Amino acid sequence: MSMTEKAPLLAVRGVKTYYGNIIALKGVDIDVHEGEIVTMIGANGAGKSTLMMTIFGKPQAREGKITYDGRDITRMPTHEIAHLGIAQSPEGRRVFPRMSVFENLQMGASVNNLAYFDEDLEKVCAIFPRLKERLQQRAGTLSGGEQQMLAIARALMSRPRLLLLDEPSLGLAPIVVRQIFDVIREVNRKEGMTVFLVEQNAYHALKLATRAYVMVNGLITMSGSGKELLSDPQVKAAYLEGGHH
Amino acid sequence: MMMEAPAREPVNFAGLLKDAVFAAAIAFGLFSLMLGLKTDQTLNNQMVLVPRPGLLATVVGLVFIGRFLIGYWQAINAGKIKKRKAAATPLALKIEKYGTAAFVGFLFVYPMMVLGTAGPSGAIKWIDNLGIQILIYIMLGWGLNIVVGLAGLLDLGYVAFYAVGAYSYALLATSEPVKEFMAGAVGPTFWPLWAFWICLPVAGILAAFWGVLLGFPVLRLRGDYLAIVTLAFGEIIRLVLINWVEFSGGYAGISSIPRPSFFGVPFNATESGFAATFGLEFTPIYRTIFLFYVILILALITALVSTRLRRLPVGRAWEALREDEIACRSLGINTVNTKLTAFAIGAMFGGFAGAFFAARQGFISPESFVFLESAQILAIVVLGGMGSLLGVVIASILLVGGVELLRELDFLKAYFGDNFDPAQYRMLIFGACMVLMMLWKPRGLISVREPSVFLKEKKAVSSDLVKEGHG
Repeated sequence: MSMTEKAPLLAVRGVKTYYGNIIALKGVDIDVHEGEIVTMIGANGAGKSTLMMTIFGKPQAREGKITYDGRDITRMPTHEIAHLGIAQSPEGRRVFPRMSVFENLQMGASVNNLAYFDEDLEKVCAIFPRLKERLQQRAGTLSGGEQQMLAIARALMSRPRLLLLDEPSLGLAPIVVRQIFDVIREVNRKEGMTVFLVEQNAYHALKLATRAYVMVNGLITMSGSGKELLSDPQVKAAYLEGGHH
Repeated sequence: MMMEAPAREPVNFAGLLKDAVFAAAIAFGLFSLMLGLKTDQTLNNQMVLVPRPGLLATVVGLVFIGRFLIGYWQAINAGKIKKRKAAATPLALKIEKYGTAAFVGFLFVYPMMVLGTAGPSGAIKWIDNLGIQILIYIMLGWGLNIVVGLAGLLDLGYVAFYAVGAYSYALLATSEPVKEFMAGAVGPTFWPLWAFWICLPVAGILAAFWGVLLGFPVLRLRGDYLAIVTLAFGEIIRLVLINWVEFSGGYAGISSIPRPSFFGVPFNATESGFAATFGLEFTPIYRTIFLFYVILILALITALVSTRLRRLPVGRAWEALREDEIACRSLGINTVNTKLTAFAIGAMFGGFAGAFFAARQGFISPESFVFLESAQILAIVVLGGMGSLLGVVIASILLVGGVELLRELDFLKAYFGDNFDPAQYRMLIFGACMVLMMLWKPRGLISVREPSVFLKEKKAVSSDLVKEGHG
């Protein structure tokens, strides 16, 4: 892996996020370089999703700084961040249940005013043939796996440079999880898309990752390449062989 | 030989009965006017309405039995037919497509039809009490549909914007300073004649402004909380109108509001009046017919704008906002602006309807803008099926027209005594209808939603399998 000395695409520096008076992130530093798949693993309540949401400006970080492509986005409203080329597939999928799959994808492309819609629709349909079959169906009638595919596809429709994925494997059958992770790898390899992935499914996520972070109680406790962390005894004990702590 | 088909599914009698009752209800709605009432002439050459409950009951009964038998026949033949229907365009969409054109056409000839059958004096009641009244509610329903049906913002205070529109027009049109200013600027006859046409857009803009004003504090609220605040907003507007006597006249309201003119030609018996100008004999019916067309066109504009908006990015954003606000934001949609435009545009149509209401009544008071009105408009939207324009029409006809028809049931006094007033039972019937609807068609009369975009052919987006409310 050639680590160029370029500035990271996304840089999180000393970010502290609070819910009221309760601190959720206690000073987090993260780098995501162009073309990487960066994974963050951690137990329930470690603050993974909070970090994801803080990057997207809801809630905003009380301290610290988040830069994207050299721009400070720490205090930017969420919808403006979305216009910078960051797309998110939020935790719990959050597709629009009573709109059709097609309309959901349209919403994803609304950042560009549907400028590349037809082209991108074809591309997304090639990645997810299941969605193509169900374009006219209400998103709420899709299975969990299909909804996750739709959430990722919707995020891709905005032609992002950086794709944030929050727990894409949540509540899915193992075979579907593998499909989803295959797609993430494919998008990264073929399109060179930068991916920041937050996961509880540590094994799959680490296998996929260029680099990875481990978060415990709002702090980064470990980082390294995906392979390094996969073979790390502490990670193994805590996240790979069941039995937390 | 007649033989029972083997292994047939049992016939679902409850479902058949339900269908039949539903069909009978539609038939009642349709035929109550067409067959239930007949115009007749007395010996004194007076036009009278003769109710024909027996005929109406027979027809409705026939529809009930017919629908039941058809349903039964279909049920016992279900195995042979093999579900071809699933692929066809659902009936509701077909109705929406062809029915809409036919219905709009019917509305345009309605005043003439009534005039022809009931004569000038009898027609006023049918055009004004029934036609105009229903159209006002259709327009309000369509306006509220933008806020509730499309953007998913439950607004229990919609009547506030109706009131803002009505008072905007009433106050501007009767205000002495404005009158004097206009008299000085363009002559004394100008303002009374043109006030409505000038104030109509002003009323809409003011209502939209109040919509934004309501929108700001409730930006962060959803669902029940939003409903409570909007309910309070509606009450605040009403209470201000009651208590700020110098401004609004309090309970006494505002009277002698100028009536709309035919683009500068007044509807009166003078030589420059409408009748004289067009060489007609003076009767008050012309004004009523004109008002009917004004509200018809206002309502059609509302429908046109809301169907157009649904296909634009802002309309899609409204629908997405209704579904999931967080997802919306992360897709780069400015939820603040989206919500405020929904409130503003919905309120604007409420304002137009309000200005029209004031002009039609010639008198307004806070009594007209009570919570019950909000509830009724909301009921129309919900009963009709959220987001469905045709559903709103059907619900308005049933709810508003139904109440008007109750007043016509005087013959029941023969059975229940002279003190019996069927109109007093309207809330009871209204409530029963609501309960039945929620049991049988919880998504409203028209629950199939036409997709705003489609690939090759239109397909309905079925409402089945999706949870209500948040989907």
